[in-house]
Amino acid sequence: MEILRYAIYRFGTMLLTLLVVSVLIFVIINLPPGDYLSNQIAELRASGQSSGVEKAEFLRKEYALDKPLWQQYMIWMGFMPGPHGFSGMIQGNFGWSFEFDRPVAEIVGESLWLTVLVNVAAVLFVYLVALPLGVLAAARARTWVDYTSAFVGYLGLATPNFLLALILFYYGHKYFDLPIGGLMDPAMEGEPMSWEKVKSILIHLIVPTFVIGTSGASAMMQRLRANMLDELGKPYVETAVAKGMSPSRMLTKYPLRVAFNPFVADIGNLLPAMISGSVLVSVVLGLQTIGPTLLTALKTQDMFLSGFVLMFVALLTLIGTMISDVLLVMLDPRIRYEERQR
Amino acid sequence: MSTQPDNRFVDTRPYDPNAALQELERKDLDAPNWVLIWRKFKTHKLGLTSGVFLLVCYLLLPVVGFIAPYGPNERDSEHIYSPPQSVNIFHNGELRAPFIYPMTSEADLETFQWVFKPDLENPQSLQYFCEGATYKIAGLIESNTHLFCAPEGATLFLWGSDRLGRDVFSRILYGAQLSLTVGLIGITVSFVLGIFFGSLAGYFGGKLDWTINRMIEILRSLPELPLWLALSAAVPSNWSPVAVFFIISVILGILDWPGLARSVRAKFLSLREEEYVRAAEMMGASSGRVIRKHLLPNFMSHLIASAALSIPAMILGETALSFLGLGLRAPAVSWGVMLNDAQNLASIEIYPWTAIPMLPIVVVVLAFNFLGDGLRDSLDPYQH
Repeated sequence: MEILRYAIYRFGTMLLTLLVVSVLIFVIINLPPGDYLSNQIAELRASGQSSGVEKAEFLRKEYALDKPLWQQYMIWMGFMPGPHGFSGMIQGNFGWSFEFDRPVAEIVGESLWLTVLVNVAAVLFVYLVALPLGVLAAARARTWVDYTSAFVGYLGLATPNFLLALILFYYGHKYFDLPIGGLMDPAMEGEPMSWEKVKSILIHLIVPTFVIGTSGASAMMQRLRANMLDELGKPYVETAVAKGMSPSRMLTKYPLRVAFNPFVADIGNLLPAMISGSVLVSVVLGLQTIGPTLLTALKTQDMFLSGFVLMFVALLTLIGTMISDVLLVMLDPRIRYEERQR
Repeated sequence: MSTQPDNRFVDTRPYDPNAALQELERKDLDAPNWVLIWRKFKTHKLGLTSGVFLLVCYLLLPVVGFIAPYGPNERDSEHIYSPPQSVNIFHNGELRAPFIYPMTSEADLETFQWVFKPDLENPQSLQYFCEGATYKIAGLIESNTHLFCAPEGATLFLWGSDRLGRDVFSRILYGAQLSLTVGLIGITVSFVLGIFFGSLAGYFGGKLDWTINRMIEILRSLPELPLWLALSAAVPSNWSPVAVFFIISVILGILDWPGLARSVRAKFLSLREEEYVRAAEMMGASSGRVIRKHLLPNFMSHLIASAALSIPAMILGETALSFLGLGLRAPAVSWGVMLNDAQNLASIEIYPWTAIPMLPIVVVVLAFNFLGDGLRDSLDPYQH
């Protein structure tokens, strides 16, 4: 039950963090001078179109953009009644996109799930690749296995994600006939879920997963290798070998168990970087995640849209970190996050 | 040395039990810390090579204009997307001064592209210390002498030319000026912020520590790139390239400090209990003096190593931002801006040389990683 208590406590801190983050994000999206509508109004005035001005003025009132900044924030979050009563983020109203002239929820729609999907796939990829390779590199330290994996790891860290994406894309298409661009067959877009669609998404996922996961996997691999090497030098390993335990069983039973903790804890550091990467890679590869949406929204100063996407990305990271923290406590009974008794 | 009847070797010199201590260790113990670090670092070959390489790169930055055969924005509208030309020294099996084959262009009427072919009959020697586009050495001294440039009537595109007929090689050299300094400015910002907040939190503790710690946690849990994007989208588009460059480096640094602050704080927490800190405090040193004179020098070297390890992230960050069109903007030249041209598959397939700027990026990032690893390994000279 202690676990449950910890999970609830951790959830509470996550919500608080999210609140602070929302303020931060709101400030950032309001940094550029003016807003979408006032810019539009100025433009319309300059070209002498009065009908558009009226609509824009109406929208400005409608979305409380004429109020002071702190009130705008409260209304945006739904802590304060706006022109239409309480209707903000926490009530499930994500605002209006001026650029697309549609509600934000409608624009992001499906891409939210695809974003989650891409990131979960990348995290799984990191674990599946880094775990065996890291253990192998440590067990065969200072052999060609170790050096090769270190070299590939360094390259993975040093190559910018988006370049890797372009290169893999090109060769993946040329030699393995992997599809180019997008997360599914264009014909399947907007269709209800079906077996065919799932298959199409899976095939399209291969390259993005690889690209997003590589740098994370190499960082993880190096850390796991270092941890394993520390453990392998300890006397209990010698004892196990002396007892005549088979190397593979010995490795997985003792040192791996110890070296595994930082591995799980690391996801908290890894996740922000991976989500960053997925935004960038999505733009390059034209995936239907929220990455490209964020870019257009930022470029056109579509503040509600970019605000929502930033919030969603932050939420995703925070949830991931929270899960990793709770997992860590479950995995290692020695770790306690309570106040230290003095 | 003498040989005993039973084939043992014995040194005939008188035995001095303290010799080893006096000769070797004493010198080692008295040597200043940086000598020890340097001695250990020298054995780390990869780190040393990377360090020398980076040093050369940075030293060359002020004089890139001299090395580059063309100016950064010098256009040759006759040679758009010209493929790389190689400098040869053998012509028909005969050795001669370095020369190039001039490119002849021909329109392919099926694909509507210019096809460039080297004219193998007509080798032309390179020119040295010749006059070309004007540039400024270190931004001060104006000059138009170039180390080498194209022969009369020919071109010298070592790594090809881009969509406006600009020399990729020269642009990479000019791009290095911005791409390499972005990391330095960013790390300075991050250093100042990180040390300031980290030492405040670690030295004073209490409520201040709690607040700063929460701040660090929140910033660390956020994905960097979207925030970088949002912040740089807020940079007004009418700013001059230099201003944009500075603000982008500052933005890169602003989100990087929490990691540094965390390690500074952890060090301070343990170091502030040491006797020498208490002694300094008792003698009436102010907190600022204790932090600057007694605590910081203790682990400055660690900080420098971690700085070397976080510069690559900034270089990659700048590249990513410029690549997406939210970072530096033309006419500024950086590696990210150049890669902006190589954004789609078609250009990589047809004009692979437009993606060449990725090579220096990968090399520099690797070099910084190796240098940082080497520094970190050699920071504890007494440890083996």
